[in-house]
Parts: sequence; C-alpha cells; structure tokens
Amino acid sequence: MNASVEIHEAGASAERPLLEIKDLAISFTTSNGEVNAVRNAHLTVMPGETVAIVGESGSGKSTTALAAIGLLPGNGRVAAGQVLFDGEDIAHASEKRMIELRGNSIGMVPQDPMSNLNPVWKIGYQVRETLKANGLPSGPDDVAKVLSEAGLPDASRRANQYPHEFSGGMRQRALIAIGLSCQPRLLIADEPTSALDVTVQRQILDHLDKMTTELGTAVLLITHDLGLAAERADKVVVMYRGQVVESGPSLELLRNPQHPYTQRLVASAPSLASRRIQAAKELGVESGDLLAPAEDVAVETSMPEEVLQIENLTKVFKLRSGFGRSTDFTAVDNVSFSVKRGTTTAIVGESGSGKSTVAQMVLNLLQPTSGKIVFDGVDTSTLNNKEIFAFRRRVQPIFQDPYGSLDPMYSIFRTIEEPLRTHKIGDKASREKKVRELLDQVALPQSTMQRYPNELSGGQRQRVAIARALALDPEVIICDEAVSALDVLVQAQVLNLLADLQSRLGLTYLFITHDLAVVRQIADHVCVMEKGKLVETGSTDEVFDSPRQDYTKALLNAIPGAHLMLPPEAATA
Amino acid sequence: MATYILKRFLQLIPVFLGATLLVYFLVFSLPGDPIVALFGDKPVNEAVAARLREQYHLDQPFWIQYLLYLKGIFTFDLGQDFSGRPIAAVLGEVFPVTARLAVMALIFEAVFGIIFGLIAGLRKGKFFDGTVLVASLIVIGIPIFVLGFLLQFTIGVQLGWAKPTVSSAATVQDLILPAIVLGLGSFAYVLRLTRTSVIENMNADYVRTATAKGLSRFRVVRVHILRNSLIPVITFLGADLGALMGGAIVTEGIFNVPGVGNRLYRAVTQGEGPTVVSIVTVLVLIYVVSNLLVDLLYAWLDPRIRYDA
Amino acid sequence: MTPENIAPDQRSAAPARRHIEHFVADFAETPLQATDKVKEDQAPLSLWGEAWKNLRRQPLFLISAFLILVVVAVSLFPSLFSGIDPASEACQLANSDAGPAAGHPLGFTQQGCDVYARVIFGTRSSVTVGLFTTLGVLLIGGIMGALAGYYGGWVDAVLARVNDIFFALPLILGAIVMMQLPVFRTNRTAWTLVLILVTFGWPQIARITRGAVIEVRNADFVTAARSLGVSKFGALLRHVLPNSLAPIIVVATISLGTFIVAESTLSFLGIGLPPSVMSWGNDIQAAQASLRSNPMPLLWPAIALSITVLSFIMLGDALRDALDPKARKR
Repeated sequence: MNASVEIHEAGASAERPLLEIKDLAISFTTSNGEVNAVRNAHLTVMPGETVAIVGESGSGKSTTALAAIGLLPGNGRVAAGQVLFDGEDIAHASEKRMIELRGNSIGMVPQDPMSNLNPVWKIGYQVRETLKANGLPSGPDDVAKVLSEAGLPDASRRANQYPHEFSGGMRQRALIAIGLSCQPRLLIADEPTSALDVTVQRQILDHLDKMTTELGTAVLLITHDLGLAAERADKVVVMYRGQVVESGPSLELLRNPQHPYTQRLVASAPSLASRRIQAAKELGVESGDLLAPAEDVAVETSMPEEVLQIENLTKVFKLRSGFGRSTDFTAVDNVSFSVKRGTTTAIVGESGSGKSTVAQMVLNLLQPTSGKIVFDGVDTSTLNNKEIFAFRRRVQPIFQDPYGSLDPMYSIFRTIEEPLRTHKIGDKASREKKVRELLDQVALPQSTMQRYPNELSGGQRQRVAIARALALDPEVIICDEAVSALDVLVQAQVLNLLADLQSRLGLTYLFITHDLAVVRQIADHVCVMEKGKLVETGSTDEVFDSPRQDYTKALLNAIPGAHLMLPPEAATA
Repeated sequence: MATYILKRFLQLIPVFLGATLLVYFLVFSLPGDPIVALFGDKPVNEAVAARLREQYHLDQPFWIQYLLYLKGIFTFDLGQDFSGRPIAAVLGEVFPVTARLAVMALIFEAVFGIIFGLIAGLRKGKFFDGTVLVASLIVIGIPIFVLGFLLQFTIGVQLGWAKPTVSSAATVQDLILPAIVLGLGSFAYVLRLTRTSVIENMNADYVRTATAKGLSRFRVVRVHILRNSLIPVITFLGADLGALMGGAIVTEGIFNVPGVGNRLYRAVTQGEGPTVVSIVTVLVLIYVVSNLLVDLLYAWLDPRIRYDA
Repeated sequence: MTPENIAPDQRSAAPARRHIEHFVADFAETPLQATDKVKEDQAPLSLWGEAWKNLRRQPLFLISAFLILVVVAVSLFPSLFSGIDPASEACQLANSDAGPAAGHPLGFTQQGCDVYARVIFGTRSSVTVGLFTTLGVLLIGGIMGALAGYYGGWVDAVLARVNDIFFALPLILGAIVMMQLPVFRTNRTAWTLVLILVTFGWPQIARITRGAVIEVRNADFVTAARSLGVSKFGALLRHVLPNSLAPIIVVATISLGTFIVAESTLSFLGIGLPPSVMSWGNDIQAAQASLRSNPMPLLWPAIALSITVLSFIMLGDALRDALDPKARKR
C-alpha cells in the first residue's frame, strides 16, 4: 500500500496524469449479497500514453475501465477510492457531468463488433448522432470523413448501410470511428479486436495506433493477451482477482516479472518463442500404469504408419437464395493431407477457411461432396451403420465451447458414462470404476462425478469433455478449437494435459485451431487453410521457421508479440 | 425486399386455402345431411332445404362444391341467410362496427401498454414495476366475460360513467367501454412484452456504446431502447387486430354491440350454417391479410429481415 | 505486410521518455490461488434442483402452488367441502335470489340453488377440461413440434403450413364452428370439449416446442453424443428433448389456465358443456339475467374461475423466472 502511494507521487511531480485511479474498490449487488469485484486498484495514464490492463476473465480489468467512463452495470457501484480525470474526481460525478465528458473527453471502443452497433440504424446515423451530441458539425461530409479516417473505404456510400451489411472488421472500424470521432483525450479500448481474425486484428490495431498517435490520444487498452499488451502499450498493468498485482514498462514487465502471478502468466503465454510441450516424457510416469491400453488401442508397429489419409476432400454447400434458386459454396476445396499415428497434426486457418468442415467430415458427421477419408486403411464413406458405430469408438471429438459441449441435464458421471453405456461396455460397477479412472486421468477429483456442468469452470468442463472422449479408448481425437475459449493459464494446463495423455496413451490428435501460437506448442505437423484450400503443409518447425506462402507469413506476422523475443526458458511451463 | 414480400405472400395462400377448406369441410362434409343439421333442433323446412342444397351445390362432388364456394367469396356472392337477406349485405352492416371496436381496442392497448411497459422496464425491480406486473397478471387471469360484466356493472350501472349497452348506431362514444374490455387482455400482454423487450435492450451492448458516445439519457431511451423494443410489440399489435375482430364475440354479446361477433353468435345459436361459414371465412381472410401486413411492417422496422429472404 | 506497422520500441520513443515505475504488489496481500480448482464446498446441484431452490423462495410460486392444490382437492373430493350435493338435492324456488343464510354462506341463485355448493361442485368440470386438454395438446403439439424442429426440411415445411392453418382459426372461433357438427351438438360432454380444444390448441405448443428444439439441436453436446454412436432419434430423446422442456412446461402451465377460460367461455356462450353439467361457465350464464338485481350468483363462480386461472398463470410466470434459459448459462 505505502509503496504504491509513493510511486504515484513520484510520477505526478513532473506532469499531471490524464487519468489516475486511486485505491478504487467496486462492488456488485447480487442475489448472494455484496460481491467485491475490484479492490485497491490504482493506475495512472499520462496524456498521450498507452496503458494496457492485462488479466484473465473475472480479474476486474473491464470493470475498472468501465468505472473510468461511468458505465458500471446497474448493480455495480464504486465503493471506495477515486477516479481522477484530469484532476477531477469522476467516480461520484453526476450523470449530467458524465454525459458532458463522454464522447469528446473520454471515448470508448467496445469489445464485440457484432453487438455494439444498433442493428436498426444506418452506420452514418450512428456516427452523426455522436457528433451532434458533442456539438460538432455533423453533415454527411463530416460523417464520411470520420469513417474514412478509421480506414473504411468508400465511406460516403458505406455510411448509408446497416451494420449487418458490414463484416466484423469493418464494424470494428466503424466503432473506432465513433470512439475517436470527437477527438477524446482518453480512449478506453476494451478488447477491441479479440473477436476478430488475427490478420484483421493486426490491421485494426495498427490503424488505431496510428490515429491515436496523430491525435495525441491516451489509450487505456484492456486485453487478456500479454503479448498484445506488451506490443501495443508503453505500460502494462496486471490484474488478478480484482487487484493490481504488478505494473510497469511493458518490456521490462515481460522480461523480468516480479510477482508470482505475472511470472506464471508470462510462462503460460503461448508466445512464438515457446517450444513443443514435451510433457510426460520429462515429467516421468507418476501415474502411467493406471490404465493399461485396451486391446484395440494397441500402438503396435504392424499398424499402418498413417492412420488418417485425406484425399482430394471437397465439400460444396448449396446456399438457398430464395425461390429454389441456389448458389454453390465450396467450403472445402480439394484438400489432401495425412496424419501419422501418435502425432499431432494441426489445421490452422481463420474463420471461413473450412477447417471445421474438414473436422466434421473426418468425424463422419458430414458427407464429403467428393474425395475420400481413409481411416486405418478403410474409406470411411463405404462404412455401413454397424461399421460406423465401431468407427465412432475409435475416433472421438472435443469441441470448442466448454459451455455447449456438455449436456446441462447430465451429471458428470452420466456424461462420461454415456459412451460406455451406448457401446454396452461392462456392467454398472465396472463402468463406475472406469469413470473414476478417467477423472483421475484428466486430474479432476473423483467427487466431481456427482456434479453438474453448470457448477464447473470452462477449463474443468473441457477436462470432462476430454474424459468422455477417452472413455472408449479411441485412437484419434479431433480437437475442434478445444482450448480457444479458455483463459491463458487454464489453456496451458489443458494443453499440458493433452500432451501428457498423448505420450502415455499413444493418441493421435487432429487439432483444429485459429491460434498459431497454440500450434507451436502442441503440433508436429501443420496444415494451413485459407478459403477452403490447403495453402501450406509441413512440419511445425518448417512452417514456423521458413514459411513459403505469403498467407502463412501474414498469419505468423499477425501474432501479437511475435517480435518480442523472450528467453526460451521463460516460455516452457 | 420484393422477394421477401412475394415469398411471404405465396406462403399465405396455402394458409388461406387450408383454413377455409377446413371450415367448409367441418360444416358441410361430415356424415349426416348437412342441411338437416343446419336447421338444428328446428323442424326442416323443405323449401328452404331445397334452395340451400342448390345454393351450396350439394349435388356436386366435394371439391367442386368447395371451388364454387371460393368463387363465391371472391365475387362477394355469399348467398343468403335464413331470413333471405344476402349475406354480403349483412356482413357489410356488421363489419364496420366491429372494425371500429377493434381499432379502438388496439389504440387503447398500444398506447397504454407501451407507456406502462416502458416505464416498468426502465424501473425494473422498483415499486411501480412490481405493482404493474402483478396487476397485469390479474388482468390476464380474469376471463374477458367476467371482466366485461364487472366493468358493465360497476362503471356502467352503478357509477353511470358510461352507457352499459351500445345503441344501434354504435358510435365511438358508445364503444369506449366495450373497447377497453376487449383490449384489456392484450393491453396486459403488450405491457409485459414491452417491459421484457425494454429490459433486454437496456442490457444490450449497443445501448452501453450509445451512452459511451455522450448521448443524453433521453436520447438513448428514445432512439436506442424504445425504437428497438417496439419491433416485437408492433408485430404483436398487427397480428392482434385480426384476433380482436375474431375475439369480439364475447364482448359484443355482453354490451349488445351490433357487430360481427353478435351476428355470429346469433347464427350459431340459431344454427345458420351458411352465415357461420361466411363470417368465419372473412375473419380468416382478415387474419391472413393482417399477417401479411405484419410481415411488411416487420421488414420495415428491422432492416436485417429485408435482406435475409 | 502492414505498412502502418510501428515497432514498439520506436513508438515509445516518440513522446518525451517518461519514467515508468515498476510496481509490485505485496505478495501477502495478493496470494496466488491454484488455477482452476474444483469447488468442493457445496453440495452438487442439478439444474432442476437449482430451479426448485429458486422456486421455493418465490412468494408467487408458493401462493399459486397452494391455490392449485386447493382447487385440485376440491375437484377431486367436492363433498368434503360442501355438505350439500346440488346434483341430488333439488333447488327450492322458494329460496330464489335469497341472501346468505345458515349453511348457505353465499346465498341462492334465481332458481333457488345454493351458490356455494354449485361453485364447489362446478370445479371438477373446469379442472378436468383444462388438465386433459393440456395433456392432449402437449402430446400432439409436442410430437409435431419436436419432429419439425429436429428433422427440419420438408417435414418442417409441411408442419409449419398445417400449423399456420390452425393459427388462422382462433380457438374460440374454431370451437364455434366445430360445435356446429351434428355429432357434437347432440351429445356434449367434457370430453367433447377436450377434443375440440386440443384440435385448435396444439399449434401453439408445437410452435414453442419447435423453437426450443431448434435452439438445442445444434448444440455441441448433441454432436458429441452423435459422434459417440448415439442414434439420431436417440439424441432427440436423450439430449434434445430434456433440454427443451423448460419453455414447454412454462407455456403448458399458462395454457392450462387459458383452456379453463375457453371452456367457461364456450359454456357461457351456450355451446360448451350442456346446462345439465355443473360448471362455472354455465352458472355465470344463468346468473347473467338477474345480474342487476342479484349479482352474487354471478360474482362467486366468476371469482372461483378467476382465482383458478390466475393460479395457473402465476405458476407459469414463476416457472419462467426459475427456468429462464438465459440465467442457466452461468
């Protein structure tokens, strides 16, 4: 406490901070009583400076930022402390005063471009009302100027369109245009690009940088991505469970983290400098003898080396466009690759690349339009119902959304037992034993059995999904964005678990992801997809160290923090 | 947009045909002599029966009968009721009265439902909200004929603020009390719909963004919360017009309003099958057309729909 | 790739280099906790268990559940609540429109019947019609809606049009037309009414079920079950339907109330239950004539009817709050 006060005084001596948050406490009134979301938070933003708040979900980073613009949700309130904007305490300012400040003194760029524009008004109208409310000229030319400055091409025509006619990246540009339209002195950017593809993310952040530098706007950037924070901000503030645990110059913080939490965060950040996780081989086999592989999972050398071969796989969807007319949309276009037993192959691509469609076809949930999928020497399209049933035992999926992949009505026991029951394996007692073993394998306490998915966190649900996938002792597991929705630390934990299971059980993974950093950590081979086509394949090292295609280079270049080289040992968990 | 309208229009044709076919089938094609059935408990008048048999083409196969009947609808040749008057003329007399009643009820439920719902939504969890919510439940819970008698007895008879029954001219003034009774149920529904919708929109991201832009509270409420909340409400109101006209039967009975419902009620009790079928068919037609209008209204209110077709 | 790209070192050099303090919080005040630990301090709670816990605290639920229990008890054992059986004891015209008397707390009708006894004994027909109509509607509408929503395609298209056709005929209007049929005109019982109300009431449940099923059918847990080897129909029964139940239950509860209203409205119009059957709707109709001189015979069955309907609607409302799908996500 004392230390922090002194620091603020030292900083304030030269120049007055634009935003200064002192000992801020925020609490929410919920049905379970008062909950403290933020305690003792303090940070300063000097004029023209970019400050990033980094933290996991629930760390209080967004709440702190919202307090700075007086937009706490109805059940939240500032319980203690001050929010000084240019010396004026706005934590308890009147709504009238806040309306004066918002827009032209403090602007905001929100997180999700899909939900932050009102769907019933034209983009131009939503810009115009901002200008008008802040007493600026708001003719059609002014609106077009604001939009084109945010990098929106053909702005005067675009202004007459509705949000749903815009792509995600264009909407985010429109939101940036709105946030900066009245040239505020402070811009609060709350995860401004986390909903976008990496390449778009990079373009938009670059443009935001350029604009705020030109205007001299100070930025308070909220992000969960340490690499992004360090790359974009002068100063990083790390929050953990509602408290500021560490803050300082971004590179120094990254290279020399002091607080154990920051150290953990830096270690888990899937930065490019990290290596392939070599889990159990180094950790030893403290629990390796728990489960002898069942007979049909034998990892014998007599099996064909390539467990999955994808040959000229194509999927064409018919898009209906009214009155029976339809247009063809080729989601997957002539894709061929193969997966070796006991290895991890990653399919990387941005949204719309067709990577998930490939996964659906490999799982035999979707029929290919042409081409074939050969699993263990057999074309899967030739299987009859009984053979498909047997195939399902050997190939299992893990999905992205930890909130959607478990049936909320099923207890964890029933969830993990379902595959065993469906395939009529064992009796009641042996199935219960197996469920207990599986929970051990994914490092969940056995008492979790009686719980329901809504009582578990995202990471825990994903572990349950892994246990369910393992129940039938499969050979291949298809992970469709299996860790994308998780916080960094939890993500690292689950990735380690997956690597550990692979080395112990000889599993083969097909890993679908948009996140190249994760690929580096887990994959042996990489397939890069763009708009349905396979643009590049190779071993992970090849693709990362010497990418051949421009698209691959663009993807690699777009990873936040790619240029911030860390000592390699810091990145191994 | 044109595609969307055309598509919705084409979808309504089978609905209209299906519904009229169903009604026609129910009244004229089940076992037993329909004409005898039409007389109900009264003795069969052979002359009338013969005329009716001819009028409804009962000597023809069922499909021909139905098609001829459809032709009759579109040429306003609906035949005659038992007293020998053309049904089309009877409908021309009663429909304007019911339309007036239904529109008045609609205005009542729209104005008060939206105002109360907006205030309740903006003050979610406060005293006003709680009171209005419980009151609306009670209004929904009490059947319309009970409400009708209650208001007729208290306001009409005991307090004398409004006329308990309606004159044959059925002026706007006469219809105030019946319109309130007719619209009360929907009023409660509109109120709750508006409230839910307002609460949902208040928590929407774009409303927070609008506030962050520096807009005044009034503008945020009017331009962003209310405008978006009205989409489902107006859609409901449009569809309700048809329902109000069809549902006026009880209200018209209580207040003795010379409208469609009253005429239908009389036709039912007196077993005038042809009149019943004609009135129901016109009501179905109104329902179908008002649904089409709702679709257009919806497309106009919500730009996302226009292009999704 | 990106010409605007500004290297971080360059940028932080641009404004006058400020000194930024490196602050580290006191470790004791910001202790680290294990990442992603399972909470074991609370007893496990299923979604239904959680809903029940919420419901038990809601006064609206407690009141409506109590009232519904009373109504059901009255309809099952009316003689426990009234010493007079109006079916066996003829009404005394001498008591016509008489006020409350000993043993007759609510007075008499124009025909001299005991109002209290008639209200008690009229309960059964309303509850029977409401309950069985709801069951029938759930069965037909539920199956239709689930199939349409789950399988989509032409099944959905055909069912949607059939649904629209029935929607075009409002409940009361459809019932009026159907009551014209000779079969139903001569021989009306509670079951006739149930049949008619089911015929015109199922589309609403079908629509709700369809919507709920569509919302669930693409969930990852359904895909996961399918890739475990669960059949398509098996996934519908075991995963999709149980997760679609909440909105269906809510609407069915509220519908039960509206079916009771429909029954009494039809009886009131003289085309519902025959006058020989004791029901609130019939009693209200009979009392209509003497409303101005003696409002009590109309008022009491009306109150009984309103309270019953209100209880079901309140219960539905309370269930909606407890089973709210949006609150479930967290």
